[in-house]
Amino acid sequence: MVDTSESLPLFSSGQIDRRRLLALGAGALAFSTFSGAALAAKEKPIKVAAIFTVPVEQQWVSRIHKALKAAEARGDITYKFSENVANTDYERVMRQYSQEGADLVVGEVFAVERPARKVAADYPDTAYLMGSSFGPTKPNFSVFDNFIHEPSFLTGMVAGKLTKSNIIGLVGGYAIPEVNRLMQAFMEGAVSVNPDVKFLVTFINSWYDPPKAKEAAFAQIDKGADILYAERFGVSDAAKERGIKAIGNVIDTAGDYPGTVVASALWHMEPTVDRAIKAVMDGTFTAEDYGPFSYMAQGGASLATLDPKLVPPEVIDLVLLKEKEIKDGLFRVNVNDAEPKSTM
Amino acid sequence: MLDALDILLQANFWAATIRIATPLIFGVLGALLCERAGVLNLGIEGIFVAGAMSGWLAVYLGLPLWGGVLVAALVGAGFGLVHGVLTVPLGLSQHVTGIGVTLLATSAAYFGYRVAFPNVGTPPRIEPFPPLDVPVIGNLPFIGPIVGQQTAFTVLAFACVILVAFVLARTPLGLALRAVGDNPEAVEAQGLSVVGLRMGAVMAGSALMALGGAFLTLSAFNAFYFGMINGRGWVCIALTVFASWRPGKALVGALLFGALDAYQLRLQTITGGAVPSQIFLMLPYIFSIAALVLVARRADYPRALMKPYFKGQR
Repeated sequence: MVDTSESLPLFSSGQIDRRRLLALGAGALAFSTFSGAALAAKEKPIKVAAIFTVPVEQQWVSRIHKALKAAEARGDITYKFSENVANTDYERVMRQYSQEGADLVVGEVFAVERPARKVAADYPDTAYLMGSSFGPTKPNFSVFDNFIHEPSFLTGMVAGKLTKSNIIGLVGGYAIPEVNRLMQAFMEGAVSVNPDVKFLVTFINSWYDPPKAKEAAFAQIDKGADILYAERFGVSDAAKERGIKAIGNVIDTAGDYPGTVVASALWHMEPTVDRAIKAVMDGTFTAEDYGPFSYMAQGGASLATLDPKLVPPEVIDLVLLKEKEIKDGLFRVNVNDAEPKSTM
Repeated sequence: MLDALDILLQANFWAATIRIATPLIFGVLGALLCERAGVLNLGIEGIFVAGAMSGWLAVYLGLPLWGGVLVAALVGAGFGLVHGVLTVPLGLSQHVTGIGVTLLATSAAYFGYRVAFPNVGTPPRIEPFPPLDVPVIGNLPFIGPIVGQQTAFTVLAFACVILVAFVLARTPLGLALRAVGDNPEAVEAQGLSVVGLRMGAVMAGSALMALGGAFLTLSAFNAFYFGMINGRGWVCIALTVFASWRPGKALVGALLFGALDAYQLRLQTITGGAVPSQIFLMLPYIFSIAALVLVARRADYPRALMKPYFKGQR
């Protein structure tokens, strides 16, 4: 069993304002002081090790890698990483880095939730910051996730306004919460500006099969889709070949597909990573949910700059207005982890 | 219901079928060639990866597209040599060696990629094979759009089917190859080299497998990704049994698999989410298993498949 009983509330839904965050942070601090769980302060640069189950080119992981590289360039950390680690091997690699004296271990434990928490319990002096679908585990296991549903909603608005056939295609990897959440927000955004819009949803059951993603995208274009939500590599290529538009996800691919990718929801891991590094240095690292640091208000997510040549100015104005509302806490994008379905 | 049938009348569906089937055609032909000579080659999945990576890298480094195809074939033949040496003269377990070759070839490809590109954001791209521009056929209704979406690489796949079928059925070399997989003693008695024939078949077969991988990075897509082969090699092993080790049936099997995959991608979008997407994703694989169950009962295995041959041993 993953022990989440002592964890802080996983505020994956609900509006996050600064005050509530502070209160939670303070609560966590008080709690950890009470139980004496905070780790000892560390000298800069701290030793950071990252363990990824996919190559660092993979969109999702590339964002974590980038933030850690930036911290390394600043001289805050020394950085080592292992990529393409099989899930069956994950625990061993975690132990190895922990044994070698890493101060902070970063990674993704979606397939090894329980073993990863066991390792963390064995190394109480090491801080862990892991991508996870569950909550944090005391005393030293913090979690994060890609909560970029807010900009996804905004890109959905762009798609809803730009579609002429009123059919939008979405190609996803696996129907897991991390994917569903963003697709659902995207669809909600599109419907909010265009109630007539219909969706085609296809999953390819692979993270990394661009030829297959491309075929899935072709099938949707054949069915009338004129804007594609590119959750996977390969979708934008199909859009480009057939001369339709695509919406980017997690990374900004507008440069690779000029004129094809019209909007992108970006994920920034810097707020999460920098906060964890600082906490380790200060000796205040505790088991926390870093999810909120991927929200727009915290700078953990953003909408890539919209190009007025591709998106009409009135649409840009509409979207930017909504963006401001989200940042100010006036509009809340729902977190819906249910598998999205075709609506045709 | 009509929607589901309507898909079959779309030219784009058939174009997708051929695109999806092309790497499998190469793979099944390669596996078939190895097995007809008596050697099971489970290195196929890794050889796909190595072919995809090396062919793409060669083009990225400046070779023409066909140069990339050649490099992929040579790399495939190289891994075939490794598998052949271990299983033919040394007579090691073909299962274990094959899995070993898959692990080796996959890791070598990843390693080579990471050494060449230690620090990239998105994987670099190349200019892939362009769609065919066929003068007369390209203008035909229905057929035109199907052909017009394919590339010269697909034409090579179909040419290979004809070539392998011809060599196996109509040439002395083909007769010797078939014999070496059925009755190596008889081949030896003819004064032919069992080791030489088997090594040649494994290397040629592995070269074909590598072409299947290269198709994915040079034609179906334009970049190399870790894990992009995604089990296509294993599908080919199953299709080889389905094809009863015959090139013509291999083509049919690959096309059927491609059609089912293209079909499920389209079905996913018309059922309005009434059926879980996982059911559709299973379809091509369920077909493979069902076909195996039906066909394998009557399958005419090469008699000496997986039996190492040692000269003079009874």
